[in-house]
Amino acid sequence: MELQLLTYIVVGATFLTYMGIAIWARAGSTKEFYVAGGGIHPVANGMATAADWMSAASFISMAGLIAFMGYGGSVFLMGWTGGFVLLALLLAPYLRKYGKFTVPEFIGDRFYSRAARIVAVICLIIASVTYVIGQMKGVGVAFSRFLEVGYSTGLMIGMVIVFFYAVIGGMKGITYTQIAQFCVLILAYTIPAVFISLTLTGNPIPQLGLGSTLAGSETFLLDRLDQVVTDLGFNEYTTTARLSTLNMFAYTMSLMIGTAGLPHVIIRFFTVPKVQDARTSAGWALAFIAILYTTAPAVAAMARLNLIETIQPANSAGNLAYDKRPDWFKNWEKTGLLAYEDKNNDGLIDYSADKTTNEMVKVDQDIIVLANPEIAQLPNWVIALIAAGGLAAALSTAAGLLLAISSAISHDLLKGVLLPNISEKRELLASRLSMASAIGFAGYLGLDPPDFAAGTVALAFGISASSIFPALMMGIFSKSINNQGAVAGMVAGISVTLLYVFQHKGIMFIADTAFLGEMPANWFFGIEPNAFGVVGAIVNFSVAFVVSHVTAKPPPEVLDLIDYIRTPNGVGEAVDH
Amino acid sequence: MPRQQLAQAYWRENLRLVTVLLAIWFSVSFAAGIIFFEDLNAYSLGGYKLGLWFAQQGSIYTFVILIFVYAKKMAKLDKKYGLDEE
Repeated sequence: MELQLLTYIVVGATFLTYMGIAIWARAGSTKEFYVAGGGIHPVANGMATAADWMSAASFISMAGLIAFMGYGGSVFLMGWTGGFVLLALLLAPYLRKYGKFTVPEFIGDRFYSRAARIVAVICLIIASVTYVIGQMKGVGVAFSRFLEVGYSTGLMIGMVIVFFYAVIGGMKGITYTQIAQFCVLILAYTIPAVFISLTLTGNPIPQLGLGSTLAGSETFLLDRLDQVVTDLGFNEYTTTARLSTLNMFAYTMSLMIGTAGLPHVIIRFFTVPKVQDARTSAGWALAFIAILYTTAPAVAAMARLNLIETIQPANSAGNLAYDKRPDWFKNWEKTGLLAYEDKNNDGLIDYSADKTTNEMVKVDQDIIVLANPEIAQLPNWVIALIAAGGLAAALSTAAGLLLAISSAISHDLLKGVLLPNISEKRELLASRLSMASAIGFAGYLGLDPPDFAAGTVALAFGISASSIFPALMMGIFSKSINNQGAVAGMVAGISVTLLYVFQHKGIMFIADTAFLGEMPANWFFGIEPNAFGVVGAIVNFSVAFVVSHVTAKPPPEVLDLIDYIRTPNGVGEAVDH
Repeated sequence: MPRQQLAQAYWRENLRLVTVLLAIWFSVSFAAGIIFFEDLNAYSLGGYKLGLWFAQQGSIYTFVILIFVYAKKMAKLDKKYGLDEE
């Protein structure tokens, strides 16, 4: 069957499924809207968390980045999985025990301060909206490429669909649709990887194939890859670090603590029945995530090898002639994300690291995962499946983030601070309205995105790492951090991070407003802006510590609250001081 | 033992467990995958250089195991101090 038609059918079928589930699971009460009645099984919750977590950045973008960065790309692999260990060991069980709806609510109660709650709401909204804009862009690009409509049209379709199940269904709708989305996206990711691994190495398991010899040869795949990339003048694939060891360290740490502080992931752990379930839920979530994350490096290396060997076949007379280029090459040329320029007029494609002779003048890293099955000449249904998977990843994350935004606005800002007497019904309405406006706002910014992809995601993580994670961790593990300390810490941490990112990348990434420009010479200890969240976090911890020690200690009822959340069973509040 | 002391002893054991697990978390990622990456690359695991294996595979598998070990040990600890949820 023709690829275009097949893509319509596969994408259409998966979408009908998600919508059907959203309608079937329509939420009733406020509590159900946010946390699905607290009745989700840990394995199911883990799967939904995995879908929430793996966004367009993980699915569409990450393996492409690794394919070109090689070893340096490991920061994403370790950073976006290692954060779950912090989440499980340091935050999830305690927040579940605390048992309210939102992250700012905990921060407000623990630091007995409306100011702390409002600062947390602001940090949360900035982080989540930034992240959603990136997702909306992913949705728009994927729709426009596979459905052959304009980017704006693709984005509009995406907005309508996100609106439909996030706004109508609430958390419960999202939980069940996200389980369906997890299944679609993980199959879409692994099936092509299995095919490719089998073809290249004879081993159907990509994680093992990556460490195997090439089929019919004694050479290891990775050695071969190092050989072909260095032949073209690129750095060795398996050993090239991202800038420096310190930068890789900071990058990985920022992504880890950013993961542990992201509100849409944390909120998941409010949806399990018991504290013990919060612990195991995190384990299941990471187990499901690990399927994609251990496959990604195989996809990356194999795609890079296939790409190079298609253009410059090793054992034949010479390079690929431009006239004989395969269909995928032509298709991606149309999008402008892949470009060829015949510099020496020989009609052949020369690919090299040398900018003066390289004729592959543009190879956008974000096309690698989507183009991979085509490059490997897999059947059309596999290519259609990749489209459905990419959309599932982008949509599920956008929906989870929207929920976090809407609960921050309606629950924390309206009910918690501005209108404490608001009725449940009106709170629910406000929550739906804020979701709809967040979709509109993010979609509007997504129409004309000022350089998004990696930059947006890095900012969202930096904000979360520098503001929310330290506040939560100190709130649970320290009895001495008080209201002034927490507020000062969050404000200092997020300000330092935003200043650093904006001064190099532009205010909200608008390039003209970068007051120091994209200048590695000005980087603090050579740490790139994407990796700066960890420095913000250190500032946050230090400021909170100092301020708390020169101001009054937290009151006894707060100490009781800390004791209460530290033990899993319910009678902790009776502890006497 | 009065509840307050019990809760304190429980918390100390909890912190000890978390410290050990986080030490492992640090070793497989930051130590093996970044700081000692080049040293470990002298060894190999099939076609993987060992440092690269930790950075792209081994650290992730270890993370999953760490969380399940934590969940299991904490359940035991809850029971030992009579602080479990049932």
